[in-house]
Amino acid sequence: MKNIILTIFCLLTLVTARAQNYKTETGEVVFFSSAPVEDIKAKNNAVTGLFNTETGSLAFLVPIKAFRFPKSLMQQHFNEKFMESDTYPEATFDGKLTGYSQSETGSQDARAKGKLTIHGVTVNYDISGTLLIEGDQIKMEAVFPVKLEDHDIQIPSVLFYNIAEEVEVTANFVFEEIKK
Amino acid sequence: MIRKALLLFFLMSNFFLPAGAQENLLDQLKSESKTDPDWKRPTSTFKAVRLINGHTVETRRKGNLEFLISHRFGRVNTGAYQFFGMDQANMRLGLDYSLEEWLTLGIGRNSFNKMYDGFVKIGIHRQGQSKTNLPISIVWVSNTSVNTLRRPELPMNLERRLRYSHQFLLASKLNQLAAIQLMPTYVHQNLVRERNGENGLFALGAGASYRITRSVHLTMEYYHRFTNGNNGNTNPVSFGVDIETGGHVFQLHITNSQEMTETGFIPSTTGDFFNGDIHFGFNITRNFQLRKPN
Repeated sequence: MKNIILTIFCLLTLVTARAQNYKTETGEVVFFSSAPVEDIKAKNNAVTGLFNTETGSLAFLVPIKAFRFPKSLMQQHFNEKFMESDTYPEATFDGKLTGYSQSETGSQDARAKGKLTIHGVTVNYDISGTLLIEGDQIKMEAVFPVKLEDHDIQIPSVLFYNIAEEVEVTANFVFEEIKK
Repeated sequence: MIRKALLLFFLMSNFFLPAGAQENLLDQLKSESKTDPDWKRPTSTFKAVRLINGHTVETRRKGNLEFLISHRFGRVNTGAYQFFGMDQANMRLGLDYSLEEWLTLGIGRNSFNKMYDGFVKIGIHRQGQSKTNLPISIVWVSNTSVNTLRRPELPMNLERRLRYSHQFLLASKLNQLAAIQLMPTYVHQNLVRERNGENGLFALGAGASYRITRSVHLTMEYYHRFTNGNNGNTNPVSFGVDIETGGHVFQLHITNSQEMTETGFIPSTTGDFFNGDIHFGFNITRNFQLRKPN
């Protein structure tokens, strides 16, 4: 009996030892809005993220003011009129990654299920993307639509340039193993 | 028995520790997150680069060209025959270019007195800027204007046609809704209308902006002149509304002054606002991004 317990204990210790946290500080999030008047694309390279391979827990944090637009005035309007980023300075995701195998080396599909908070409104998302484990790096990529209405983001009626009701978000993260 | 209990304890800790860690990934991120000092800055203090007649601390970022079309109509109290001032109009066409966010150069042409004006606008401090944390923005504006109106009765050389103004603009965005601005100003006119008129004039301006909706703001602007003799001149006072529509800002206002540059409306306003000498006017600004932002 004692031996069995010991064995389980040892196994569990092994599992915990193998469970690793991965981190990124330069994650990229791009949003693209296609509208008849103008296509608008903005890029953010200051996204931070944490990923735990044991539990599959995945979290990321997007500082809204770090989105870069081709026109500086557009960037100002994005922050002031749409995202109200002085009130809601960041967008966050808190969830779990499922449907992948940790031993597979090639590119594989995975699903991220969890809570995405934008503009202070939390919505449950189920995002499919791809995952690539390479040495001590894990690369994740996903493209998914975000409806402005879902997050209570209003388009001011007097604004001349249109923003699509639904924007396309591309996330591109390269996680690195946290060395202890 | 003790050993078993100890083992059980280790087992439990093995089970619960990772579970605890998993719960806190987002919180962990939030506690570790660094914020760029630039993100603390208010994105803008005022909607436009002009408050009503004068400048705001607002400057566009590097590589932006702003085209301004401004009109001031005649006095509302001139009655129906003049269509309440609409029959007469003064116009200013202007271009402002931001070489850097802290350096803007501008030129303009006014139909009133056939005047050309040029200015340099230098940002000294930004509200919320790192290190100082001072809650005000400080901008310096120097303006020169040349009156090119032909006056056969008076020999006009270039010297007589020139006027200068220098201003400090001190502004603070108080919260999401309101912003205030103070404008200590010195105006120098090489030629004054009256023999006993003063060439130099000190004035203190005050302005404010209040947000009604995300795109509509109310504005006001007042300059108090510190002068011994008024010579029929009054302090310029104006009220307006700013409507922002993307690349354009439409500014509609009522004011007692006809001129649209500091060298003009500060020393030479003649209307008495509360006696009905009110000019309806507007500024329309259109922004062009000529160079890509960094």
